[in-house]
Amino acid sequence: MFTVAAIALLVTLALALLRGLLGPTVFDRAQVANTVGTIAVMLLAVFGFLFGRPEFLDLAIIYGLLNVIGTIAVLKFFRYGDLGEPGDGEAGR
Amino acid sequence: MTMLIDVLSWICLAGGGLFCMVGAAGMLRMPDFYTRMHAASVIETLGVGLLLAGLMLQAGLTLVTVKLLVIGLLVMFASPTASHALARAAMVRGVEPLLERGEGASKP
Amino acid sequence: MLKSASLAFFLFVFWLLLSGIYEPFLIGAGVFSSVLVVWIARRMELVDAEGHPAHLGWGALTYWPWLIREIVVSALAVTRIILDPKLPISPTLVRFRPRQKTTVGLVTHANSITLTPGTISMEVAPGEFLVHALTREGAQAAADSEMDRRVERFEAGR
Repeated sequence: MFTVAAIALLVTLALALLRGLLGPTVFDRAQVANTVGTIAVMLLAVFGFLFGRPEFLDLAIIYGLLNVIGTIAVLKFFRYGDLGEPGDGEAGR
Repeated sequence: MTMLIDVLSWICLAGGGLFCMVGAAGMLRMPDFYTRMHAASVIETLGVGLLLAGLMLQAGLTLVTVKLLVIGLLVMFASPTASHALARAAMVRGVEPLLERGEGASKP
Repeated sequence: MLKSASLAFFLFVFWLLLSGIYEPFLIGAGVFSSVLVVWIARRMELVDAEGHPAHLGWGALTYWPWLIREIVVSALAVTRIILDPKLPISPTLVRFRPRQKTTVGLVTHANSITLTPGTISMEVAPGEFLVHALTREGAQAAADSEMDRRVERFEAGR
């Protein structure tokens, strides 16, 4: 049954990455990065059960923490960072 | 009793996987950035919640359940903060939301 | 000082739950790290009603179960919209005035709005929220809602 959950998560990952490839604005891609991070956390937890190794849960917790910090940092960069003229190119669209 | 818990946890795991896939499908189908965020939040609430509930039922009353609970709290506190920061950043950078034109739609 | 002690206690319990190995050295390391973290937090002046909202414990017990029910209901509604072949969305922006006074109450309200699928808080200021909703009904339900009243009660600690 854990295999089914893992496969479902992998399908979700593939669909989210497809949106990342299509996604017209940079914010779509940031959203995809955030979602992929969440799915990675769940995938780690499910894999821990699948292989009978509960240490994976600690890795999942670390991933969750890094995911938050990463998203906030990337967004701060896109809001205030130096990316050329505001509204110029992809970042402003 | 063990049987019942097993069946319950399987239902939770299957439901969680299903809601994750539905959320991802929504991310592909929705027409603009802000509506796609709504689809993604299905993954981060019901998908993650049901998967964690299923895993917790399998683990029973152990430290593993506590860790799963910590992961759940982390996602539940972090994902709305990240979503809000994302929506705000998009608005500040001038991504126009697709709005429905019609009566009742209050314009800011 | 009482707040610092309770924060140290919670951090130490957290350490014990995450570690799972109870040897004298590791328990000692746990005590040391909790005290160190509390000392650093005091130096950064983070130990206050915002950094360690212990007084909200009661309210959380009644608010969170209600919030979970709300999340499940709205997630099912959004799922139905996604699976509908016609995709019946009517995205709407709505501006309204929340009732909360404290920062913790405002943040709780805004995060609850974002956490329920179908609504996202886009602008949060004292006395003014801007919310993006997936449907017009969702936008109407967000302004002056039951969530507003419940968070107000939660922030008072009841």
